[in-house]
Amino acid sequence: MRKHILVLLALALTTSFKAGAQSLLESSQVSGSFQTDAQYYMLDEGIGITDLNGKKLGINGFGKVNYANGNFSAGIRFEAFLPEMNGFRKELNGVGLANFFATYDNGFIGMTVGDIYDQFGSGLVFRSYEEWSLGMDNALRGARVVLRPAKGVTLKGVYGRQRYFWAPYLERNFATDDYRGIVRGVDAEWDLNQSVTALNDSKFKMSIGGSFVSKKQVNQSMFYNIPENVGAAAARINLGYGNFAFSTEYAYKINDPSAINNFIYKEGQALMASLSYSQKGFGAVLQVKRIDNMSFKSMYTGKQNDLDINFIPPINYTHTHSLPSMYTYSTQPNGEMAAQLQVNYTIPKGTALGGKYGTKLTFNMSQVNDIVRDSVKYGNAMALNESGTLGYTSKFFAISDHRFFRDINFEIDKKINKDWHVTAQYINLYYDIETIEGHAGSPVVKANIGFLDVTYKINKKQSLRLELQGLWENEVHKGYEVEESEKKDFQKRGDWAFALLEYSITPHWSFSIADKWNYGNPVEEYRDHYFTGTITYIHEATRVMLSAGRQSEGVVCVGGVCRTVPASSGVSLTVSTSF
Amino acid sequence: MTLVLMALVFTGLHAQSKSDLPNVTLKDLNGKDVNISKLSNNGKPIVITFWATWCGPCIKEHNALNDVYQDWQDETGVKIYSVSIDDSRSTAKVKPTVEGKGWEFEVLLDVNSDLKRAMNVSNPPHTFLIDGNGKIVYQHTGYFECAEDELYEEILKIAKKKK
Repeated sequence: MRKHILVLLALALTTSFKAGAQSLLESSQVSGSFQTDAQYYMLDEGIGITDLNGKKLGINGFGKVNYANGNFSAGIRFEAFLPEMNGFRKELNGVGLANFFATYDNGFIGMTVGDIYDQFGSGLVFRSYEEWSLGMDNALRGARVVLRPAKGVTLKGVYGRQRYFWAPYLERNFATDDYRGIVRGVDAEWDLNQSVTALNDSKFKMSIGGSFVSKKQVNQSMFYNIPENVGAAAARINLGYGNFAFSTEYAYKINDPSAINNFIYKEGQALMASLSYSQKGFGAVLQVKRIDNMSFKSMYTGKQNDLDINFIPPINYTHTHSLPSMYTYSTQPNGEMAAQLQVNYTIPKGTALGGKYGTKLTFNMSQVNDIVRDSVKYGNAMALNESGTLGYTSKFFAISDHRFFRDINFEIDKKINKDWHVTAQYINLYYDIETIEGHAGSPVVKANIGFLDVTYKINKKQSLRLELQGLWENEVHKGYEVEESEKKDFQKRGDWAFALLEYSITPHWSFSIADKWNYGNPVEEYRDHYFTGTITYIHEATRVMLSAGRQSEGVVCVGGVCRTVPASSGVSLTVSTSF
Repeated sequence: MTLVLMALVFTGLHAQSKSDLPNVTLKDLNGKDVNISKLSNNGKPIVITFWATWCGPCIKEHNALNDVYQDWQDETGVKIYSVSIDDSRSTAKVKPTVEGKGWEFEVLLDVNSDLKRAMNVSNPPHTFLIDGNGKIVYQHTGYFECAEDELYEEILKIAKKKK
């Protein structure tokens, strides 16, 4: 009997151990993805590439692996820029483990250590995120705790230091200007509909939230008394009733002199609001925003998008076709007033204009102007935006005459019959290139843009797609006189034409050729053709794309995927897969 | 005693099989929390497709899926979750776009790309097919004309297995 028990015990232990290991294996998920973008650069005097600066090849690659088991998950991401492709920041050059994290979340409490991506509200005081295709990553390395003490209530706390390319986190090197501070933040959100039973299925929706974020930085400046602690707070509310939705967020930041705001000691403010109405077949949304001195970085000397703690969203329409996306607006953190209206409407099926499949219409209008700044007293004189002063005062609702951007566009999307599909868009654009791209003295881009995108289904497997686009500037074109010394500012200016023909065999292959032609550039030597040929192969989650030719700066969408590319000439290869 | 041990052996043998879907919570268009690992469709297939308002091919894919969605549902009971990766630049536009285009999918907002990262999506559109046990059985990136036919063949495979 004893023997039996022992045997059974041994059996029980081994089987349960084996089964335990097996169940651990079975309940574990390992997933991941890889991507490599490589470009071989060639000299191309035609588009002004006369020197490769010793760089014939650029390779950006990453590989990530995620592990998950129930409430536990962890991941690593390895990155290599050997060297970085043109158009990416030089500081990215290198290779290493860029990101790792481990999370335990049981619904009541969630804890993460490692690199954290999160945002509070719409991100006006805190957002850490990454965008591989732009080489952008401001992950917060540290810890995060999320608590959900009651239904509909979420409390969050984050603490850490942000990624700054490959700079080490612990031993910052002040000699290389790495003065990164520590970022700390808390956020609370209360969703009434989830926490109050009577409101669970109510037509009325409400949630409120608030956050506080501060940075602790080291003052290394010889000229300015840089505050060691800078705090920012935000409050938000989302309301809904039936088909209507309203949301708004206001943020305030104490004085935070920095390289971006010209070292002024003024407080910062941001306000965003949106109102929308939607029902089947119709949707409309109006957004407004006011930004005043809201650049918030964990290092006061940070440039461009480096070490941004917050995120100020541009609210205008994002164009994805080649010519419309040439002039893309980017947020002016020092001040802007913006409004945006979008209406989506589907003319119903079975009507005269709707036809068999319905006709989809989109109208969008957005405009951004500067805020109004008045000078402040400094000693006995008046000063406007001068370093070391309070900078300026600004009336909250005053709008400057200085317009940065305006985009009015109308799109029609129509499936004509089983085989033909047409999309057409007209865009009227105003783009203050001097402010947005920093080209001092360049005339504003005022342009009419149109595109036509026609798809023809040859049969169940094969289709052809033709894109025709044109961009016509009202003032800067062939006849415009350009001084010899200003020539450089007129690259990519004037009129453009674009054509693309794509042949695809579902589900694997796509072949395309495209030409982008700056035929109306005021400077004769810039009237170039940018010819490209691309082959794409897709198998499930794997994509291989090979293209050759010239690329001008912009967003290219081929083979069903979009990405941004800098100007270059040569051969490029993208391989990506996920599992 | 022996019985207890026997019971132990059997409990040990009972390995639980878990869903492939990550433990990430997103909000739907009505503000309700939806935990992705708990998505279920009564054993019928689920499609999760990633898109954004600024992604042209995604809009094409969604329009094409919407045209056939009713038929697919009638035949296989499949449910489509459409995950928008729009960030605060364009989250306010998601609902008006979805309603304005007349899409019938369950739309979820992945405002900070949490699900996108957890499911290793690099570029939208990216579509996953999940079977009745929560296993990812097929995925596809990019969109070509008629790519939905291939997806439907895969849906039919698992819908048939069920019967």
